[in-house]
Amino acid sequence: MSFDYDKYLRPGKLPHIWCPGCGHGIILKGLLRAIDACELNKDNTAIVSGIGCASRLPGYVDFNTLHTAHGRAAAFATGIKMAKPEMNVLVVGGDGDGVAIGGNHFIHACRRNIDMTYVICNNFIYGMTGGQFSPCTPTGDRASTTPYGNPDPVFDISQLAIGAGATFVARSTSFHAAQIDKLIAEGIRHKGMAVIEILDDCPTTYGRRNKFRSVVDMMKRFKEQAVPVAKAEKMSKEELDSKIVTGILHREERPEYCEQYAQVVKTARSL
Amino acid sequence: MSTPRLEIIEQYCKGCSICVEFCPTNVLEMDGFLVKVVRPEACIGCMQCELRCPDFAIKVHKD
Repeated sequence: MSFDYDKYLRPGKLPHIWCPGCGHGIILKGLLRAIDACELNKDNTAIVSGIGCASRLPGYVDFNTLHTAHGRAAAFATGIKMAKPEMNVLVVGGDGDGVAIGGNHFIHACRRNIDMTYVICNNFIYGMTGGQFSPCTPTGDRASTTPYGNPDPVFDISQLAIGAGATFVARSTSFHAAQIDKLIAEGIRHKGMAVIEILDDCPTTYGRRNKFRSVVDMMKRFKEQAVPVAKAEKMSKEELDSKIVTGILHREERPEYCEQYAQVVKTARSL
Repeated sequence: MSTPRLEIIEQYCKGCSICVEFCPTNVLEMDGFLVKVVRPEACIGCMQCELRCPDFAIKVHKD
């Protein structure tokens, strides 16, 4: 049966500003299906974003939403969660916003293991500002500021999140539309910092500079490169070189930050 | 089961052609910058178009 997205969308806001074929729309739909599956109450849910194409997402959805300073979404979300620990806090942003400009806030939110769900739309580029290369632009690829190829090594967002201490890390792509909502729902149900990295396509500023004929070509390359976690475990490092491992990459139980902080408050009051 | 009915919301469609490419039975075609239902009887209700449309522009109604 057709899913009723309208009940979660702000009336009169569509069509959205994203370019034709942009994967952010696919992620937005996945996010709404995940929220529906987890039966989150609209009034008790906050969706926070920074600046960028992906960060325009909260503007379309009918929840408590916060559109904050560039890269600072995790910091604002931490504030919300600390003030109202009973709220469901979700953060949405792009690769440039999340791990370049906001890299500091991102790693420390992971380290604290604060109970929020961070959905990173990794489209390998700064789309909104004109296609500058980001830390996620693959080495050798072209961006408006790397016309001869990007010399930089790439940030692996999922590995960064695991290394920084996030207790739930998953990865999918815009091709795997049916998997996106399941991973985000798992992340929402997880108690602690959940990072869901979704590789998506920016046909306008990344695709056309890197010889993709269409957005469908971009999606099909995800299909070819994606390897589920279980299969990846049986493959060698060389075989995985040009592949994208998808699924739940990491899950552990660790004390959650708000609960730890509540203990500190309790101790201080009892003195 | 009757054939599913496809609804295109034209003011949302940006013509990215994702639905056309992923439809397994070629129900849809591009008509300039908009998608058009050309073979409605071939629809098997797999929901690929609705699932993948980034613009909320296509709905599959099953009775």
